[in-house]
Parts: sequence; structure tokens; C-alpha cells
Amino acid sequence: MALSVDSALYRWQRLGAESAPHTLSESTPLLFSARDKPKLNLNKRRIVFPNNGRQWEDWKQASTFYSGNRIQTTKYTWFTFLPQYLFEQFHRLGNLYFFFLVVLNWFPQVEVFHREITMLPLIVVLLATMIKDAIENYRKYRFDKMINFSKTRVYDKEERAYVEKCWKDVRVGDFVQLQCNETIPADILLLYSSDQNGICHLETANLDGETNLKQRRVVMGFSSQNTSFEPEFFQNTIICEMPNNDLNKFKGYMEQPNHERIGFNIESLLLRGCTIRNTEAAVGIVIYAGHETKAMLNNSGPRYKRSKIERRMNTDIFLCVGLLFVMCLVGAVGHGIWTGNFSEHPPYDVPDANGSFLSPVLAGFYMFLTMIILLQVLIPISLYVSIELVKLGQVFLIHNDIDLYDEEADLPIQCRALNITEDLGQIQYIFSDKTGTLTENKMVFRRCTVDGVEFSHKENARRLETHKELDLDDDDFAKLQHFTLPPMNIERPATYKQRTMRPLRRCQSARAHFQGHTRNRSLGRRDSNQSQVAFSSTIEKDVTPDSRLLRRVREAALQTENLSPFIHTKTFTSFTDFFLALAICNTVLVSTATEPRQRVTVPPPIKPSGITLEKIHQMFQRLKLASLSQSFSSSQSSSDLGASFSAKYTEEHLAALGCCDNDDNCCASGRGDELQGEGRTDIGSASLDEVFKSVTNSPLPTDFCYEAESPDEAALVYAAQAYSFTLVSRTPEQVTVRLPQGTLLTFDILYTLGFDSVRKRMSVVVRHPLTKEIVVYTKGADSVIMDLLEDSAKADTSAEKRMKRIKEKTQKHLDYYARDGLRTLCIAKKVLNEDDFQKWANFRREAEAAIDNRDELLMETAQHLETKLTLLGATGIEDRLQDGVPDTIAALREAGIQIWVLTGDKQETAVNIAYSCKLLNQRDTVFTINTENKETCESLLNLTLEEVRKNYEVEKPRRRFFGIISTSFSASEAPSPEFGLVIDGRTLNIIFQGGLEEKFLALTKHCRSVLCCRSTPLQKSMVVKLVRRQLKVMTLSIGDGANDVSMIQAADVGIGISGQEGMQAVMASDFAISRFKHLKKLLLVHGHWCYARLAKMVIYFFYKNVNYVNLLFWYQFFCGFSGSTMIDYWQMIFFNLFFTSVPPLLFGVLDKDVSAETLLGLPELYKNGQNSEIYKLSTFIMTMLDAFYQSLICFFVPYLTYEDSDIDVFSFGNPINTISLLTILLHQALEMKTWTLFHVVTMIGSVVFYLIFSVIYNAACVVCNPPTNPYWIMEKQLSDPTFYLLCFITPVIALLPRFFIFALQGTFGASLILKAQQLDKLPKEQRDIEIQKLRSRKQTTSGASPASNDDLEQNISHLCVSPFLHPAAAAVSYGDTESQGLSASEVNPLRKQTPEEGYYFFNRWAEEESTATDSSAGPFSGHYPRVPSTVTPHGQDGGKLTKDNAHNFNHGSHRRSVSAVTL
Amino acid sequence: MKNKTSFLPQEGEARPSRCPDNSAFKQQKLPAWKPQLTIASVLSSFFLIGAFCLSVGVCLILSANSVREIQIDYSDKCSDCSKLRENSSNWNKECQCSVNFTLKEDIVGDVFMYYGLQNFYQNHRRYVISRSDAQLLGRNVNIQKSYCAPFTTYRNGTPMAPCGAIANSMFNDSIDLFYNLNSSVIQVPLLKTGNSWWTDKNVKFRNPKSYNLSSAFAGTARPPYWQKPVYLLDEEDERNNGYVNDDFIIWMRVSAFATFRNLYRRVRHIRQFTDGLPAGNYTFHISYNFPVTKFKGRKRVILSTVVWSGGSNPFLGIAYVVTGTAATLTGFVITAIHLKLRKKKTYFQK
Repeated sequence: MALSVDSALYRWQRLGAESAPHTLSESTPLLFSARDKPKLNLNKRRIVFPNNGRQWEDWKQASTFYSGNRIQTTKYTWFTFLPQYLFEQFHRLGNLYFFFLVVLNWFPQVEVFHREITMLPLIVVLLATMIKDAIENYRKYRFDKMINFSKTRVYDKEERAYVEKCWKDVRVGDFVQLQCNETIPADILLLYSSDQNGICHLETANLDGETNLKQRRVVMGFSSQNTSFEPEFFQNTIICEMPNNDLNKFKGYMEQPNHERIGFNIESLLLRGCTIRNTEAAVGIVIYAGHETKAMLNNSGPRYKRSKIERRMNTDIFLCVGLLFVMCLVGAVGHGIWTGNFSEHPPYDVPDANGSFLSPVLAGFYMFLTMIILLQVLIPISLYVSIELVKLGQVFLIHNDIDLYDEEADLPIQCRALNITEDLGQIQYIFSDKTGTLTENKMVFRRCTVDGVEFSHKENARRLETHKELDLDDDDFAKLQHFTLPPMNIERPATYKQRTMRPLRRCQSARAHFQGHTRNRSLGRRDSNQSQVAFSSTIEKDVTPDSRLLRRVREAALQTENLSPFIHTKTFTSFTDFFLALAICNTVLVSTATEPRQRVTVPPPIKPSGITLEKIHQMFQRLKLASLSQSFSSSQSSSDLGASFSAKYTEEHLAALGCCDNDDNCCASGRGDELQGEGRTDIGSASLDEVFKSVTNSPLPTDFCYEAESPDEAALVYAAQAYSFTLVSRTPEQVTVRLPQGTLLTFDILYTLGFDSVRKRMSVVVRHPLTKEIVVYTKGADSVIMDLLEDSAKADTSAEKRMKRIKEKTQKHLDYYARDGLRTLCIAKKVLNEDDFQKWANFRREAEAAIDNRDELLMETAQHLETKLTLLGATGIEDRLQDGVPDTIAALREAGIQIWVLTGDKQETAVNIAYSCKLLNQRDTVFTINTENKETCESLLNLTLEEVRKNYEVEKPRRRFFGIISTSFSASEAPSPEFGLVIDGRTLNIIFQGGLEEKFLALTKHCRSVLCCRSTPLQKSMVVKLVRRQLKVMTLSIGDGANDVSMIQAADVGIGISGQEGMQAVMASDFAISRFKHLKKLLLVHGHWCYARLAKMVIYFFYKNVNYVNLLFWYQFFCGFSGSTMIDYWQMIFFNLFFTSVPPLLFGVLDKDVSAETLLGLPELYKNGQNSEIYKLSTFIMTMLDAFYQSLICFFVPYLTYEDSDIDVFSFGNPINTISLLTILLHQALEMKTWTLFHVVTMIGSVVFYLIFSVIYNAACVVCNPPTNPYWIMEKQLSDPTFYLLCFITPVIALLPRFFIFALQGTFGASLILKAQQLDKLPKEQRDIEIQKLRSRKQTTSGASPASNDDLEQNISHLCVSPFLHPAAAAVSYGDTESQGLSASEVNPLRKQTPEEGYYFFNRWAEEESTATDSSAGPFSGHYPRVPSTVTPHGQDGGKLTKDNAHNFNHGSHRRSVSAVTL
Repeated sequence: MKNKTSFLPQEGEARPSRCPDNSAFKQQKLPAWKPQLTIASVLSSFFLIGAFCLSVGVCLILSANSVREIQIDYSDKCSDCSKLRENSSNWNKECQCSVNFTLKEDIVGDVFMYYGLQNFYQNHRRYVISRSDAQLLGRNVNIQKSYCAPFTTYRNGTPMAPCGAIANSMFNDSIDLFYNLNSSVIQVPLLKTGNSWWTDKNVKFRNPKSYNLSSAFAGTARPPYWQKPVYLLDEEDERNNGYVNDDFIIWMRVSAFATFRNLYRRVRHIRQFTDGLPAGNYTFHISYNFPVTKFKGRKRVILSTVVWSGGSNPFLGIAYVVTGTAATLTGFVITAIHLKLRKKKTYFQK
């Protein structure tokens, strides 16, 4: 025992010394100051000892400092609830104020009301919030409990086995065994995987929203173990970094007993909340637990959200406090003077209980306090309660809006935050996620071009259009069929059924019970639609082949069979190559429908039908000879051989396909079966058939699920499948494809050059199984691929000419695709000869083995390989926008909302989507800033800003000029160029770290839209916070995935889309909608209403309180500032509580200033809320003044009437009370724009209730309210005509000015809201026309209307290329001399320096010279300097950049065309 | 038809949809009246209000003018007495003072006699609450717990009846009115009961139950400023004695302002005074007990008739007339604006 302690001590000391050399001196023994020592040592490192009994003491020592795995997100526990709650409540200023009043009222010197009366409001408020808090807390508690008590298997050292334990009992150092589909309970270092290669698959949807599988590897050295892992023998100590929230970085090493170290990184870490997939079992050691896990650290708790109105309100409450102070001061001073006036105390100056009198000063002081109590209502506590109630009502109505209900998901909008409804009406900035929010997150293969021939896939497009309707109809149809259709004519329904069943058959990943890592449970989705595997909904899977293309593929097969030496042969081989590339060139994993998420790594055993493969091989050799003349034909796939099927077969098949074309129900996988069947029946017409038959006979799983890293990969694989090139299996070494004839070809994968955003392409190097040739298939952004094609400049041979032509054609198609908003990818290939490949492979191996600059070397090797490619074709993939997205965005824009897109996606994708959803316009000038260097970034920002400002300066004087002449005339003004900004995550990082936020914001203020690509969740939230804090604007974030959670929480309003990806976003959001388009009504209608209602209500409350309280204040002038009231206490309290509370509440819930239709028709109306027009300081002050005026009237008219009469105090107060009630209610009536039955009832009800209550109270209360009692006063007043006369004239006088102003408002400068109200009166058709008129007027004044934009767009579109896809092309071809020199340096692939840190380009489309915007003629200056990664004097660098840029800008503006700068 | 109905329940078995009801309330489509300030409604409301207010105002002014009112300030006229009262040691010395006045014409109708005080802040907070309603209701209560302090008990513990500052400072001048007809002096018959609210007299104020009043108030003492105990307030009328004394009740109904009047007596319609007070010379005989000089107060005696709209205060009528005029003028202004801007058609569309 002692020994182990000593050794532990030694190790601790040593580790500590290593981690922090400067703490060497601090060698205090661990045992004695256990608390201090680890703290010091653990500042930088975390040391984990295994909990397997071997290092028991160490483990115990260490683990006590690490938090356990129990999570607690609740605020209170059972015992601490009351004190903690009260503590928290009394931190709130309002409550403290009222508590102060209560206490104050207990002092007899200052007591105004009964002690109990003052306590009433406070108690009510506290009770209400207490109940709310308790419920909330309990709910959290239950979630926590559920998580904490879920089970996992942990190694127990006593039992030497894995035993089931609750999550909460998992400690750091524990060994945890996980099964497939289990959720990971803590951050675990992977030590064993049942996979042979030591790979474990993770689904991180709960964490980052990505539904694809991630691979995790066992720590090196452990993967070799074939036997299962024995925790007992694990003796290593793990040293790693302190808990942090970076999901993508983790470093550490493992020290073996012999002091050998094994490094590991994030690749080996299983993160809490993720789900194990495709791996039978995995074992790991817990590194971080509980709140220290990366997932929990990323999950910054929800912010208490306070709406803008409430913030505004709070400042106004301070104004009220000031007012109160002044009033109290007046009272105090007045009382002091009044008291001091008497030489002798008059009989009405009552001494205190001891018969002594106060000095005037002291009396004044007491009076000050008394007045605070008396006038306390000035600070409207009832307002807080009322606002809560109104918001509840608003939330209820929003929740019940049928327009915000999604039929497909059967989900209405969920309002999760109850207190920020009105913020919806004040949004100025929207931050949107892209995938799943703007788009459906369903990639669909749309079109392709092969060999310069475009295949439009019209059928596919048609299918996609009808897909939705069909999907809906299907259900009904199926139901109907189920009930009514006799079985005889089931045929057509059956085909339908096939479709409807499909989603059910879809690989259902058995989602683990726990969706979220904290407490987010997948809420029992019954809907198969939502439990689908990544990217494999019907819409993605079913690709209807283009009949023309299909025929071509067939023809190609026939041609090759005939071995006719047509020149076209090559064309046809490129068809097969194209589809092979689609199927192979990716990292898609295959699983089968029957065994969900069970990867197919081994191709299904091919029945040993003798010499199958050899035969095929022979045939290939034969075929190859025939096409030797072509240098590229060597990779003819066996599909060509398929032509050797009998003509009969082909015809039959074509017929079958024809039927498929007619009836789009026929789908790819079905065809697979069909083929098999036919293959079986079609017995030997040619010798080859036998061969194929034997091959195809092998039982193949019919339906594959593809799990891809990016959805477009999956889409491409499905597209290939549609043309019968089916990806059957994939292992790191091999990939198997089934060809149309059913042949299985297994390619050896020699290398996979993965995708990266710099190269923007990926390649696979495979060895063709038949020709044994080494083929490189490359797929990537057209901008890069086009440059890497074999140089066809010389164009001497006909083949090369042809290549050039193909390239041009393809480019044209690509431009067309991009304009269409499709994601374009180019497919190319290259055949390597053995020698070249060996050379390259050596080089590659060197690079892989390199220690320094490994990444750079790898990049260079990749770039070296990917040259001189042959273009095969290109594809257009659509990430389908959700319904109504462009429309919604246009409307929101018109409403004056700035929309930013923050996405983790690639820049290209983001920009494409931005174009297709009209976020960016083809004519907009788009600035793109990508850099990793601070100086570069700064100078780029400066330059761009300058450029933008230059533009604005040109604009402004013109505008002003027109502004003077006439506002309506400015319609003729040329639409101002709009700016867009594209920025990536790295640049954002620079901006945040380098303190460039202000410049960035200044730039973005001029930009119509901003796209942030490749941004991490944290960056997203930082951007949101930055904008929110620096610009002081209202922000809204909308997103669907867990990666949007932080952004959703950072914004003023967070909206989650309850869509495909988990519930994380929804759980974090304030509102959860199911479609992006719902945002339109939510903001424009509900937001507007909620804002208008609440703002008016709040302002009305202030008015009401000031009005009422002032009555008491005025009375002080007539009672010697003695603090007496003329109104009975209870009537006074009930006045706020009952008599005047319901109408404003109802108003706050139900009032509609403008109808929903008009609000949607005129998004401009939203600006009303955005600019806080209803409730701002000026309106507040106006209201206050009005309140003062009204209270003056309400007091002094009765005063003058009863002056010098025998009226008594309470008989005087009674009419005042009644009058102010009437005035306040009538004021409300003036404000109300909608009178429903409810309004009328509550209005009249309030008055009636007041009268009845007063009558009863005054009749029943003989001594109930000593010492002042209102007995019989109401009755007496009611029998007095003066009372009625007063009650009529006073409200009239009080409200006449307001009414007059309202009447005049329609005359002078009628606001848009008023106009809209007038529109509401019109019948529907007329209203629509009027709205159109109004809009067109607005748009002409504002310059650019979306409609006219579209027209213009049409005109110039054929000349415009997707603006940012061509910088590189231009850079090479048309760069000026200077940049050519620089780009030459770029070409040198072997320079061992960092690839570019910064890259930037901008382009502009100047409509007046749009003819020049031919992409090929785009003047362009680009350079690609390689900034040495080491010590470049940055300032100098920046200076150079500035100069270059200036040059480029000039150049660009001079030529008025695409100008891009690549630094 | 039957078939259809037969499978309806099956559909019903499906989970109820979360689709919100398509009801008018939930969809915020309740039938509603949306008032708008059109030219017609605006003008009509202004003119209607104007006309109505003007007519009511004229009526009010006319009726207020018909009120006859005589006010006599006797603070100065009885300066001797007031000087005497300034010294509180003279509290038990009688002081009489008489004030003459002439009625030039008859005062027809009910004539009310008020005493008026100026600068007497009956509405002072600590004054207003200084009473015990329970005690006044005849209940045997511990007035120590009431708000009467410091006028609750004497040093020796004898409770005051009635307690509190209001009662203590009760107006105790007695005013008699004499009609000088042909050198003979006729005392104008005045009613001292029926001046207070019926409910006060019969519900709110009750004497403690006992066989006679003095025994009912046994064990209590008069308030310090009082000259006689409460059960001697009106020795002639048993039903006007003790707490239910009209003068007392009226005093206890604290006035709203520092300048106020309280109903003191009503002229009884008998003999010469059947129709009110005839024109002629009158004299007030005031026994001056209530000191006002130390707080710069003044005392008045007022004879007045009342009309349906109250007393002689013309304010309400003036307010109506002014409002009516303002509303009418505003109506004209709006009409003018409307006529001027009608061509533009930018506002008040119907």
C-alpha cells in the first residue's frame, strides 16, 4: 500500500513538473496538501488513472478532483427552494422596491394604508412566479434524473466484469463498454472496438447536427489486439488537456509503465451524447465526465431573456422612479413648509401618540416616505403581472395559429419562451442556418452533363415537383385502398403503395433512447420520416433516369459490343466512366436495408462459378485492343461488355425502362431486382451471358443505404444507382460496384485524397480490376477542376479539339446550373501509368511519413496528382430549398430585416443557396474574404469598406438631390448596387481575435446580406453576440441542428426548426417551427401584433398609473401635503386590480391594428415595430404628459365643482374615482382598433362591476375599514345629479385633445399603419389592388424592386456566371503580368511553404456594362503569393497586399466586370 | 354511406391531430367592429358633443344663478371674542357676539344655514384617521387600539368619548338667527335635526346601550377641548344627543378641503318663514367658542338655498359651456381642414 502511494507521489510530481516546468520548486508532497498540489499540476493537464484496481490510490486521489458524471441543470433543490427562490426574487429591483414599501408601511409615522394592504401585491407577484419557477425546476429535475439514471456498462474491479451502472455513477478513469446504438455517457477515450480495424462509428447528430457517421479510431497500439480488451491489465496513465469546449480538438498521450508514450487526438475520443453506430462493442476509459464533458461545456445554459420592450420599460420605470422622487420631494418640502407656517399647532395638526409634535424638517422627511407609499402605484407592479398574463395569451394564440401548423409533421408551432413574444415584432437581424433551415437538407440529383451533352432529367424534375403532393396523396390513397378498394384492382394502388411503403422500409436506424447528451429525448417519433438514416429519403433515393441518357448508356454498350471503330466510341466510354466515378469517387459507406447501419464491407460472396473473373478479364483485354487508339479508353468498364447481352435483352430492358419513364414509380432499386430476374430468365444466347448469369445469380441485397459525409455524395451515388451503377460495398481497401448487367467489379483503392476546402476536390486512385490500369477519379468544384484539365490550348488533333469543345460546352452548362442554384460538381479522370504512379506513391508515402509540414506536403502531393485530368462531365445537385423560402426572405427583407446566413457548410454551397433563395442577387457585388492572416484581413476589410463607401458616396448626393426635387421622382434613379459579403470561419476567427470587429460590422452594415461559411457553433454564437451587442439590434437566430444551439441561445429570439435533426435546436429555442416559411407569418403578423399589443398595453399601463396616482398627488396640495387620500383604500387597490385590468389585458391579447392579410401583403408595416414606433421615449413622454393633463382634468373639474361646499373627503373622492375610471377606460376605447364581443363585454363589464362593487361595498361596510370608511357614499353620489354631470363632462374634457389629435393624424402625414387600417375596410379584391399600388409606389421610391430585379436578371443572366466560381480560372488565364508572375510561383508544387493563408476576391456586376460580363473575357488580376509560414513581416505583407488590391480594384472598376482578387 | 361511416371510427382511433382548431377565436378572426375616424364620425361626434354640452351648460348656469346665498364672515366682526379665545385659559368664559345683515329680497324655498371654516384642514391625514368608528357605533371597544391617539385616554386612564382629534376639535359655536321685524326680534325657527345623512344618523352612529345616556357614557370623559360631555350635546332632544347628535355627526364627516362649510341648521317653514326667509334685517347671535385665529382661520355663516344641481357654484355650468364651445369650434376647424385637403384625397377615405 505504502509503496503504491509513494509511486503515485513520484508520478504526480514528475507529471506536474513536466506539465509546468516552473512549478518544479513546488514539490509539496501530494499526501499532505492534496488540495493544492493537484490544482497546480492540473492547471494545464488532466491526468487520468484507470479505475481497475491497479492504481487504486492514484485513481482515488485524482478522481476526487474531477467532477462525476451526474449532471444537474436545476436551479433549486427541494430544501433550498424557498430561501434560494426568495433570495433570487429579492435580487430583482421591483420586488425589492415593493418589499421596501411593505417594510416602510410598518412604521406608524409614515403608514398610509393598512399594513396588510401593501403586502398584497407583493405576495401575489411572488406566489405567481414561485409556482412558475417550481414547475420549471421540477421539469428540469425530471430530465436530469432520467439522464442520470440511464444505464451503461462499467467495468467493476471487484467483479472483474462490466456491470450495469447509472450514468451518474460513472467516474473519470472508469472503463465503459458500449454497444451499438448506445449513447455515450461521458467523454471516453476509445481503447477497443469490435471492428477489426479498430474503428468505431459515431453519430454526432446530437452534438453538431450532422447525421452522417464519423469514424473514431482506437488509440494506436491497442488496435492490434485481436482478443477483446481486458481493462484489468491496463496500466497506462493518460495525460491530456483540461476540459474545454472545443469539439474538434483534443490532445494527449498515454504513458505506459515503461514510460513509453502513445499519443492520441480527437480521433480517439468518443464524445458524450453521441451514439455508437455500426460497431458491436467498444470499450474506452472515461476522460471527462458530467459537466466537464465537451458536450456539456458547449452547452452554455440558457440566458434569461428579457424582451426589448421590457428593457425599454425598465428604463421608463426608472423615469417613473425619478418622477416619484420629485413628487415625493414636493410633498415633503410642501409639508415641511406647511407645518412650519403655524406658530401654534392648530387642532387639525394631530400630535403623535405621545402628544408631541415633529419638527417641520422631520415631518417633511416622514412625509417623503409616506408619499412613497402613497404614490407607489406610479411604479406599476401590476404591469409585470399583466405583461406575463398578456404574453401567455399571445403565446396561446400563436400556438393555435393554423397557418403555423405543419401537416406533414403534425406539429404546430411551439412557443417555449413565454416572455419574448413581442420581440418577434422588432427583429432587425436574422441569423439563419442553411442546411435544414433554408433547405430541406435533402440533396437531389437534378441534371448532369456528360461529354458536353446536357441531360436535363426532365422526368426527374417533374417527379420532384409532384413528389410532395404524391406523398400526401399516397397516404390518403393507401388508406382509401385499405378500406374500400376490392383486391382485384389493386394494381395501381399497389404501385403507390410501394412508394408509400418505402419510407418505412428505409433503413431505420434504431435511434438510441437518448437523443441528446443532456436531457433531450427523441420524443417518440412515430413517423418513419424522421427516424431516417442520413440522406436517404425517397426524394433523394429515387432518381428517375433521363431516358435519353439511359439510351446512350445502352447504346454505348451496344457500340462497344460491335466494336465498331466509330469516333463516338470514346463518348460512350466516358458515359460509363462518368457513372463509375459517381459511384466510386466518394467516401460513402454502404449498409443494407435489412440490417440497418450494418456496414457492408465485404462484397457479397460471388459464387465460384469457375473462371468468372478471369473470363471477364480476358474479354476486357479483347475489348481493349479494339479501342487502343484512344488513350483514355483503357478504363472501359464491364458495362461496355453488357452490350454483349443479346439484343433481345436490351430491347426488353429498354421497354422496361420505357415503362419506367412513363410511370415514375419504377425506381432504381426495383430495377436491380428486375435485372436480376431477367438475367436469370435470359438463358445463354451468347457465351458471355453465361458468365454474367453466373455472376448475377449471386444473391445480392437489393436495397442499400448509403451513409455519406455530405449529402451530395449520397445524391451522386443514388444517381449512379439509378443508372444501374450500384455501389455495393466499400472498405478502406476495396470498393465494389455492380454494373448494369449485374457484374460486380471490385476496385482496389490505392489512395483516397479526401476533400478539403483548399483543393475543393477529392480524388480516388483505384486499380481497375479488369484492365489493371491505375485510374484517378476526381470530383470537385468546377472552378478548380476546369483549371486542372489537360491543356488543350494547342488543339492540334481532332480529339483535342473535341476536348476543348466539350470543355466549353460543359462550362456553359455549369454556368447554367449555377444560375439555377444547383450545386455543381465536375467529374474528371486520369489514367496513370505504373511508373508515374509508383513515383507519385513514393512521394506520397514520404509526405505521409513526414513530421514537419506533413499537411502541406500531403496537399502538394495531392495537387501534383490532380493534374492533366480528362473531363468526364458535371452534375447539378439541388439541395432543395424549402417551400416558400425565397418568398419569405423577400418579404422579411422588405420588412427591413437584415438576413445573415451562418452555416458550417462549404462556401460554394452556401453561396449557391444564397443565390437560389434570393438572398444574393446575381447583380449584387459579392465580396469574399478568406484569410488566416490578421494584417491581410484588416487591409481587406479596409479596402472593401472603402470600395463600398465610395459607392455610397456616389449614391448619396444623387439621392439627396432627388430628395429635394421630389420624392416620387427618384424612381428613375438607377438601382443602387447591393453588396453581399461572404466570409469563412477562419476569417471570422481572425476578426474576433484581431479586434477587427468594428471594421467587420461597419462593412456588414453596408451589405445586403452576409454569409458566414464554415463556421463552428461557437463562432456562430459569437457572430450573433457581436452584432447584438455592438450594433444594439434585435437579433433572431433560426436553425435546426444541434450546431445551431449556441447561436439560438445567443440571439434575442431563438427559433428552432423541428425538422430532421434531433430536438437540440428545438430544446434550446424560444419558438420551434417546422418550416422556414412559417417565419413570415410569425414575424410579420404575430410579431407585429404582439409588439403593437404589448407596446400599447405597456404604455397604457404607465398612462393609467400616472393618471391615477396624480389624482392623489394633486390632492396633497389641498390637504397640507399630509398624505391623505380621498379615495377609499380598497377601491383604490381594486381599481388597478379589477376595474381597469381586464380591458387592457384583453387589448394586449386580442387587439389587431391591421389584419393579417394586410400585414402579409405589406411587409413594410413590420418596420413599425422594428423602429419601436409605438413605444419609445418620445411616445412615453407624450403619454406621460397626456396622463398629467388628464389627471389634472379629472381632479380639478370635480374640485372646482365641489369647491366651498359641504362635500366630505370620501364623497369627493368617489366621483373622482368614477371619473378617472371612465376616462381611463374611454382612453382605452380610443386606442382599441378592434372591437369584438369580448371587448365590448369587458368594457361595459368593468364599469358595471365597478358600480356594483362600490354600491355593495359602500352599503355593507359600516365599520369594516376603520378609521376611514366609505359607508353609503356611492349611494349618496348616485342620487346626486351633479355626480352624473361630472361623470360626463370630465372624461370629455380629458379625452378631447387626444381625440382631436387622432382625428388630425389621418389628415397630416398619415402613417402607413393608418393607411393599412383604411385598406382593411375595403373589400378583399379592392384591398389587394390597393396593396399592390402601395407596394409599387414604395418600391419605386426605394429603387430596386425584386420584380424588376428579376427581369433584369433574366436579361443579363446568360452572361453572368455564378460569380465566384471562376476566380481561379481567370487567374490563370487572364491575370496581368504581375499576378502571372506570382501565380507562376503557385504552380511550383514543391515549394515547402504553407499554402495561401489569405484569399480573397470580389467581383462586381455592373448592369450598365453587363455585356462585358462574359466570363471568359472577365479581366482579372489574381495572385497567389505563398506567405512563408515562418516569420514574414506582416506589416510589409499587408502593405503589399493593399497595393495589389488597390490596383485590382481599379482594374475591376475600370473594366466593369468580374474582378476578383486572390491573394 | 354506411360504409363510409363505418370506417370513420377507425380513423378516429388514430392519434388526435395536433392541428389547432380552426375556430374564429383561435385564429383571431372573431367578427369585429373596427371603428375608424372617418370625417363623418369625427365631425358628428364633435358637433354632437358641442351641442349637448352647450345646452346642458346653459341650463346649469341658469339654475345656479337662481340660488340665493348670503355669506357672513364673522371672524373679524367678533374680534373681541376671538382675542379672548386666543388664550386657551379662557376656555370656559362665555363670549357672545352678534352680526347684523339685511336681506334685500326674499329667499324663497328651503333655506340652509351653514357654518363655514377657512384654512381648517379637516382633510389632514392624521386628522382624518383620528377617530374610532366602532366607538361611535356604540360598541364597547378598547380605543387604545384605534387610531385616536393621542386623544384616547386621559393620564388617569379614563377613555375619552368620543375619542380622536376630529371629535376633540368639534366646531362648538352656536349660531342663532333673529329676524328684526318692526323692531321686534323674532327668532327664526331652525331645525337642528335631519341635517345629517340618514344612514349616518341611523346606522353609523349609535349611542352605547343603557337605560339612560349619562350612564351609557359613565366611565368616560369628554374630549379635552369640549366644554361639556357628549351626553349633554343636546339636552332637549334625546334622539339628538350623544353620538347621534346631528352637529356632531356632521362634524365627524370630515370635509374634503381646507375651506368648507357644514350644514348647521335649516329654516323651519312655519309662520313668516313658510316660504323661506323674507326680506328684511336679520341678526346672528353667535356664542363664540371655536378659536380659529391661531391657525389663521376664518369662520363664516352662510344662508343658502339649493337647486337640483347643487349650490351656487357656477363652475359646472361654465365647464359645460366652455367644453361645448371648444368642441364645436374644433368641429369647424376640422371641417375647414377637410375642405381644404379634400382634393388631395389623402385622408378620411370612406
